[in-house]
Amino acid sequence: MTEKKAKVFRPTAFAFPYLAVTVIFVIVPLILVLVYAFRGSDGGFTFDNFRKVFTEKETLSQLGQTIGIAALSTLICLLIAYPVAYILASEPFKKIAILSLLFIIPMWINFMLRIFALKSLLSMIGVEKSYGAAVIGMVYDFFPYMLLPIYTVLSNMDKSYVEASRDLGANPVATFFKVTLPLSLPGVISGISMMFMPIFSSYAITEAMGDMGTSVIGAKIASLFENQYYGSYGYGSALSFVLLVLVLVVMLIGNVLTNRASRAPKGGKA
Amino acid sequence: MNKTSSKVFLLFKWMVLIAVLIAIYLPLLMIILYSFSASKTVGGDLGGFTFVLYKNLFSNTKLLTALKNTLIIGVTSAALATVLGTTASVGIHYMRRKMKTVSDTASQITVVNAEIVTAMGFFLLMIFLRDTVRLPINFNLGWLIIAHTVITTPYVILTVTPRLKQLNPNILEASMDLGAGPMRSLFTVMLPQLAGAMVSGFALAFTLSLDDFVVTDINSKGAGIETISTYVYSGIKMKMPIDIRALSTIIFVVVLTALIVFNVVKNKKAKEQAKKA
Repeated sequence: MTEKKAKVFRPTAFAFPYLAVTVIFVIVPLILVLVYAFRGSDGGFTFDNFRKVFTEKETLSQLGQTIGIAALSTLICLLIAYPVAYILASEPFKKIAILSLLFIIPMWINFMLRIFALKSLLSMIGVEKSYGAAVIGMVYDFFPYMLLPIYTVLSNMDKSYVEASRDLGANPVATFFKVTLPLSLPGVISGISMMFMPIFSSYAITEAMGDMGTSVIGAKIASLFENQYYGSYGYGSALSFVLLVLVLVVMLIGNVLTNRASRAPKGGKA
Repeated sequence: MNKTSSKVFLLFKWMVLIAVLIAIYLPLLMIILYSFSASKTVGGDLGGFTFVLYKNLFSNTKLLTALKNTLIIGVTSAALATVLGTTASVGIHYMRRKMKTVSDTASQITVVNAEIVTAMGFFLLMIFLRDTVRLPINFNLGWLIIAHTVITTPYVILTVTPRLKQLNPNILEASMDLGAGPMRSLFTVMLPQLAGAMVSGFALAFTLSLDDFVVTDINSKGAGIETISTYVYSGIKMKMPIDIRALSTIIFVVVLTALIVFNVVKNKKAKEQAKKA
């Protein structure tokens, strides 16, 4: 009898409270976004909200500007973070444990306080609110998140690939571009995905550092929900839905690239 | 490569690292320096050394309330997230493949989604529960705690799951075969071995909660609740609130001390374990 009773309870049940929370607080909200996006001010079904998203010039240009600022900041951050990660993962820097920690510490400090500090310094040297300042803010804020995955991949990399390449006669530059860089791509992609999409929501940085013309789409969505009338909820939800689709597309591209990158070394010439 | 050129190369590498470190830390150091000055702007005349900003902190009730809210939300949501995330990890660990994939995917939704969409989802859920279902709830501290718990739990799962994979998969079944109930097995067999990962998970959840701006901003406006993030944000937008320099300095020092202690303890433990082995 007791044996049977013990079998009735499966350890899987420990996950049920969390799954219930996820359904109520994650799945239901997404359904609500969908419902509001297709609901007109009269409560009926409508495509008006989506029509508005794709016809209103201001929204479209804001979406374009967001993609632009995200791409530019991510690129600059990558161009700084990669060499730093590469140096940190090489001898003799690898042995100095505190060194890599120093680069990661900002991750643990409230980002708004770091932005406050950066803004103070920039205005001290005469850099006013501008597009460029907003980009600097993004790079400064996301730097540790870009650095960490690249550093992790580089420092865990099997060094025999590099040695084999050198033994077979490739020079350091060729070895880097044909061996090290391809092998580190999963870290690069992970770093990019930790920065590119989050910038869409980083309206705090563009509002604090950018000028009037600089903003991200997150600011638009936030302002739509500040107006406490229901009509703007539908528009905000449609805009969120568009972002949701964008997230899925970016994730899909990331996954395909990661799979390809991790297959590359085994594929020989690829 | 000959010796001189490799030495030059090494020097160059050091210069790159130091330049980036300066870029990272110069803003923070300037804030710390000017936290002991009454100067209106960072970079202005330093004047005499003074604690006046620190004194102001203790009479700035708005800021103190924001700090209190931040800590209440952070500690409570991190504790809830640790409990929820650890039990979830154990449950998911023992699931069959299909169920596992579904649960893993569900737990990753808020991690990959744009934060603004997650924030709006919470907002719409509250509107729905309050106005359509007519539950007697509204935007308040409790709602923010729930929201922070939901967004930080996946990170606890990500921290605990790898540790769970290292454990002997049979111990839970062995414990239950020997007659311990599921709860007792969880508490006396699983949890002691997961304690380290749970502490890391709690620390991560707490930090993420402190760092959160978007979800808090969207879901607190109606209730007029401020956290450090929203307080500093509105301060930056209007004009530089100079008291924040003192608060920042305190937070920098606390975080730095916590990280150093954490790493020293970790290294010590690693050394002890190496000795045992």
